Amino acid sequence: MSFRVGVVTFPGSLDDRDAARAVEMAGGIAVPLFHASDDLKEVQAVVLPGGFSYGDYLRCGAIARFAPIMNSIVTAASHGFPVLGICNGFQVLCESHLLPGALTRNSNLHFLCRDQKLKIENTNTVWTSGFKPGQEIVIPLKNGEGSFQCDDETLKILESEGRVIARYVDFDPNGSRNLIAGISNERGNVVGLMPHPEHAIESLMGPSTDGLTFFTSALQQLVGR
Amino acid sequence: MALDTVTIATQNPDTTQPFAELGLKDDEYARIKTILGRRPTSSELAMYSVMWSEHCSYKSSKVHLKQFGEKAFKSDALLVGIGENAGVVDIGQNYAITFKIESHNHPSFIEPYQGAATGVGGIVRDILTMGARPIAIMDPLRFGLADAPDTRRVLPGIVAGIGGYGNCLGLPNIGGEIVFDETYAGNPLVNALCVGVMKHEDIKLATAHGTGNLVVLFGAKTGGDGIGGVSVLASETFNAAKPTKRPSVQVGDPFAEKVLIECCLEIFKADLVIGIQDLGGAGLSCATSELASAGSGGMQINLEKVPLRDPSLSPEEILMSESQERMCAIVAPEKIKHFMAICRKWDVTATVIGEVTSGERLHITFNGELIVDVPPRTVAHDGPIYNRPIKKPDYVDQLAKSTFEVPLPTDADEVKAAVLKLIASPNIADKSWVTSQFDKYVQGNTVLAQPEDSGLIRIDEETHLGVAVSTDANARWSYLDPYEGAKLALAESCRNIATSGAKPLAVTNCLNFGSPEDPGVMWQFAETVRGLADAALELGLPITGGNVSFYNQTGSVAILPTPVIGVLGVIQDVRKRTPMGIPSADLDLYVIGKYNGNLSGSEWAHLHGEIGNASPVADLNMEKRLVNFLLDGQPIFESAHDVSNGGLAATLVESVLKNKIGARVDLNDVANALFSETPGRVLVAIKSSATNEIVSLAGKYQIPIYKIGTTGGTDLEINQAVISIEELSKAHTETFPKLFG
Repeated sequence: MSFRVGVVTFPGSLDDRDAARAVEMAGGIAVPLFHASDDLKEVQAVVLPGGFSYGDYLRCGAIARFAPIMNSIVTAASHGFPVLGICNGFQVLCESHLLPGALTRNSNLHFLCRDQKLKIENTNTVWTSGFKPGQEIVIPLKNGEGSFQCDDETLKILESEGRVIARYVDFDPNGSRNLIAGISNERGNVVGLMPHPEHAIESLMGPSTDGLTFFTSALQQLVGR
Repeated sequence: MALDTVTIATQNPDTTQPFAELGLKDDEYARIKTILGRRPTSSELAMYSVMWSEHCSYKSSKVHLKQFGEKAFKSDALLVGIGENAGVVDIGQNYAITFKIESHNHPSFIEPYQGAATGVGGIVRDILTMGARPIAIMDPLRFGLADAPDTRRVLPGIVAGIGGYGNCLGLPNIGGEIVFDETYAGNPLVNALCVGVMKHEDIKLATAHGTGNLVVLFGAKTGGDGIGGVSVLASETFNAAKPTKRPSVQVGDPFAEKVLIECCLEIFKADLVIGIQDLGGAGLSCATSELASAGSGGMQINLEKVPLRDPSLSPEEILMSESQERMCAIVAPEKIKHFMAICRKWDVTATVIGEVTSGERLHITFNGELIVDVPPRTVAHDGPIYNRPIKKPDYVDQLAKSTFEVPLPTDADEVKAAVLKLIASPNIADKSWVTSQFDKYVQGNTVLAQPEDSGLIRIDEETHLGVAVSTDANARWSYLDPYEGAKLALAESCRNIATSGAKPLAVTNCLNFGSPEDPGVMWQFAETVRGLADAALELGLPITGGNVSFYNQTGSVAILPTPVIGVLGVIQDVRKRTPMGIPSADLDLYVIGKYNGNLSGSEWAHLHGEIGNASPVADLNMEKRLVNFLLDGQPIFESAHDVSNGGLAATLVESVLKNKIGARVDLNDVANALFSETPGRVLVAIKSSATNEIVSLAGKYQIPIYKIGTTGGTDLEINQAVISIEELSKAHTETFPKLFG
């Protein structure tokens, strides 16, 4: 059977259609979810896509966290419901306290769009289980505020618990602590990732098809439940 | 100030009015009085002044631009032609593409970030207004010399503005140009192109008809930004002695525009509008008068209903405000509820501000007082038309008779040094510092983007149908001979499209020039338009629209005549596109097309302070054959890259650096072969097993081909000169970060 994966559209979401395409290409059914409703429409996982929700005014993700749909997602996530936040979605997850830390302005202060090499550090999360440990992948990175920051204690916890799921390799694009590109919560069902796997699902349109594995991983995990 | 009503204007015919300050000439003011049979009210004066400005009325260019209609190639693909917000072209499978390019030069000089940002916002709304979903943008940019202090001020701001706005809209930026020349100091050119897609039945037009239908203003609230921008900014040469004009530049809110896009697309899908117009230059003055004059003429507007960000705005200011992210729609009363519900869903403010009436006049009232009573056509379309004096400038013949010399490398060391010098020069150097600030991936359909020959976007995921877009200009050739320069720019743009594997289909243009009041500039303009019209006709391509930007000059020094030509192409299967980078070793390299060794107008000459003496003469018959050669030969091309700025040297280096695969070539007359920019040439790589096919294609299309070498290794070897990929990469990529941080 096919699994239903929700893709949330906030005002200002940009990569929602791309995320839906990735879900479908991985074999799932993409279900559009709108910010103003708290109805999860019986989806079994959710993707918070990239973009500039609410124009990123005030602070990236700061307003989106108060959207009705986020109430339902926060509640569901605490019960192990799989959530992937990409770029702005990662920022929303941090603002919602589903993930620790914050994403701040890139260290060189410019928006940066590039094909970025990553090393997958943790393959035990719902969204990364399809990768081999230590696998290197190339997917697009594109953001102005992608520098992952947290306090020393949080960093120690993230590292010691293996919750850094991906790290930048060969090039430091934004000054993130420990070159962190993505993290998960303790349980591994909530993952935030700064680069964009949904833009690396077709070789003609992206630098690779490496990104698809994030989506097939989750669908495989759902089959196993 | 008391409200100036129609009644007061009739009663006090001799009131002194500030028409000159608003940019109107004596005879233009007199003409308004003749049209109305009285003096205009201050609101009417505001409307006429902005709508009759050079920017909105094309008063100096109209007499020339009509050639685009007269000489037009009759194309079945053209669904909507010149005159609407943007042209629309049929690309098959019931898809229609709309594309257009516009300038935002003057605002970007004054306030680089906001000027460039709102340039993107404006062109995107033009495309949206046609009923299309915007799918890509491109930005041809021109600046003063790269190391000039003002370039360091405007370039980072303009790039950040384009990125800041475009990235936030979710539009992939797929190409453009960045060119430096000292004439653009103080006159940077910021042109913005947008492409949109829709189904044939979804095309929308800017028209107001049907008595009783409602006029709805929706989007951002109206503020004081951009007031007088059109007349004061776009139609006057900058003068250092005058006070700063910063308040006339509009301020953009890309989030508001993104929401407006989604809101409009949902409204279009539900078929809720009769006509629609965006509010750009001249704001409400433009939208109401254009909508009304495209319909039966009658419209009543209650100006006090316009939602204001700044409640102190006077009616004149409301009419002239260029606040961004606003649209005006004509909606039938029975559909207004549904329309408003969609606006509420997207948190877009929408207000009924009037209705279509049975008369033929545009009436605007403010709290019940009639302040505008005009035939809308006289505002929107019957502006003054000037046949300005034209005189061929003396420099043209003087240069033509002159000779010039530039140093040419001979031995291997000199060739190596010359190639490294050329590819590190700002016009040829790698532009990633700029393009990496733009999102090229969003929407997931970008097949090719900068630095490829053209930007290429997938339209249909099932059938793999796609479109390609390229913009080109060689202003130095246009300076030497504007007629040939325009033809060559169009030919180059078509060649870029075909090099990527797409078939050229339609043309748009943005004509950037100095002051039309200078007969020499007017000659450049007239020759450019003649050249473009002739070339489009000969190449069999419709011109779907365009934009003219005059007054790009500081004092008596005008910019190089810069016609930026955009071409749209269609590709049946995007998987068959040809990339520019050499993909593997052991391929044969061919130059398609003949070179004549002339360095006139070349980057190599420019690097040595010379412009040359003559433009190449466009051979459009050959260019047509070349396009067909490229399309026919596409299956055997492993890579293809146009030879243009920087000549074969730049083409070779770019082809090598893309995938870091080397090449070895043998060239006769090496310096001229490397640096001449003779048009009509393409570098292709093929497998040696395809030799017979390329030879037979060359015979079929009568295009000379030259095998110059093979691919492979970690160096670019040119005769005895050996340059490692590392050295090339360093020279090519270091320039921009060094200049701009």
